[in-house]
Amino acid sequence: MSGTKPMAMRDALLERIWRGMAADERIFFVTADFGAPTLDRIRSDFPKRFVNVGIAEQNLINVSAGLALEGFTVFAYAIAPFITMRCYEQCRTNLALLSTVRPMNVTLVGVGAGYSYVVSGPTHQCYEDITLMRAMPGFQVFSPADHVTASHLFDRCVGRKGPKYLRFDAQTLPVLYGERAPDLERGFTVLKDGTDACLVATGYMVHTALKVAERLEEDGIRPAVLDLFDLSGFDQEALAAKLAGHRAVVSLEEAFSGRGGVDALLRDLLSRRGTERPILGVGVEPAYHFELGDRATLHERVGIGPVSVEARVRAFLRRLS
Amino acid sequence: MENSGVNADLRAIADRVWRQTLEVYLRAPEVRLASSLSPIEIFVALYYGGLLRFDPQNPAWEERDRCIISKGHGSICMYPILADLGYFPAAELERVCKAGSFLGGIPDPVIPGYETVNGSLGHGLGVAGGMALGLKVKGGAQDVFVVTGDGELHEGANWEAIMFAAQNRLDNMHLIVDDNQICMLGFTNEINSLGVLSQRLASFGWNCLEVDGHDVMAVHQALWSLKNTRDGRPKALVARTVKGRGVPGLENAPMSHVMSPKAEIIEALLREGRP
Repeated sequence: MSGTKPMAMRDALLERIWRGMAADERIFFVTADFGAPTLDRIRSDFPKRFVNVGIAEQNLINVSAGLALEGFTVFAYAIAPFITMRCYEQCRTNLALLSTVRPMNVTLVGVGAGYSYVVSGPTHQCYEDITLMRAMPGFQVFSPADHVTASHLFDRCVGRKGPKYLRFDAQTLPVLYGERAPDLERGFTVLKDGTDACLVATGYMVHTALKVAERLEEDGIRPAVLDLFDLSGFDQEALAAKLAGHRAVVSLEEAFSGRGGVDALLRDLLSRRGTERPILGVGVEPAYHFELGDRATLHERVGIGPVSVEARVRAFLRRLS
Repeated sequence: MENSGVNADLRAIADRVWRQTLEVYLRAPEVRLASSLSPIEIFVALYYGGLLRFDPQNPAWEERDRCIISKGHGSICMYPILADLGYFPAAELERVCKAGSFLGGIPDPVIPGYETVNGSLGHGLGVAGGMALGLKVKGGAQDVFVVTGDGELHEGANWEAIMFAAQNRLDNMHLIVDDNQICMLGFTNEINSLGVLSQRLASFGWNCLEVDGHDVMAVHQALWSLKNTRDGRPKALVARTVKGRGVPGLENAPMSHVMSPKAEIIEALLREGRP
């Protein structure tokens, strides 16, 4: 297992894939001309089971489906907005739809969640994928917040059939699971228990949620913080029960707000059980921006940086009391 | 049961499949008739000419050759073929498009004998590329065949797949184009011309032949020749066909894809035989 020194999610997973490919001849790696230093080892050590389809995401998905139909366990790799939106109909037809009658194992590894390609602009940033990939029945969607979770996801992907989408941050994020492993069956982790609002965050925003909680604690407000890394198969009963113990819920995602992301997921989860709670949806205001700046600056500009979120949560809680 | 024997009477089989396709249409006028009449000889050559290894009792047989029917709508003629070969009881042909049937207006892979989802055009060739690569890595001798329409090749994903097959030297892969030269709204060449398709495919590194797609023996011979050539190049057969073949008024009509001939016309044809 990867150590506790922070590293990029993709490097942690690629390391596991390299070891997996050495042990299991059924594992195939397909890329749409997207690389990483660890990938060079996969390419040189397993030339028959590494294929670069070129800048052709539609074919990336189709070739991956064909390999999976032949019994291979396939990892397909590209930049997040391209592996989801450039080839959405291929994902729908040849993965989600076809896998309902032909069991297959394909994992899409999308690098570049949210703003993580900071200077590359809105084509390379990704705010729609959570909604889109969750819309397809059967797709398992994971959004880890550190490289340890990303590394653990390898076993889950190999061990369970069906199409999967891993939403990876392109940057190296602080380690959350240095001493304990994420509970993949549960799909979320209570990082901090609290008595007030429950902050449910995914990906990069888990780290923002922890910062916001610290600031609020200085004033005696004690929110809980949850890392929701499985966005499709989490333990619904356990999460609903956890949320029911709080008077308010705040969702945090580096994705458009109010467009069917984690905010909608939580609202749906609670309303189905009749345990509705006031929910503040923290996400990117739905608009495309071309302005440059570091990630923290961009986040504050669209209302998801720690300063903005802290102010929004305080105002939200004031309205409720 | 492995079915690999050559049936000498391919023409008679093609005539029978043509009649049975019209009969399916009479009972289920929702199906696309015109584009299901142009590829009959292609499928008869493949399934009755000993070109494909398959086992109707075990459609997922590992040793089978993979046949991807990418032009989903325009393959209703496969229903009588698959029933005749024993993939499902012939009685199923009586209830195409009816509630509870698995034989829909567009074939889906819930039908024994259909490998993939082809209701949406332009998917078969890319998936076949992955299968062909997978078979090569597994060391299998199986072949992969893909049947598309010509209009379907407007979908750009096909050209990603065409480049991929040449780059990866997938000489176990065969593309058969039912080149009936008509899309939904008119002639393919007036909508978005494919030029001289065989030359275009050859320029992409494919070994390409052309044939009269209604001469079943010529189709069979061309496919045998391609199947037996493994020189690193993927292979293509452009089969020149006629959309709506054998049905007056429908044949080669630019809007034939959405035309539904009257039942009286079809019944008269069934009495008199294929013109």
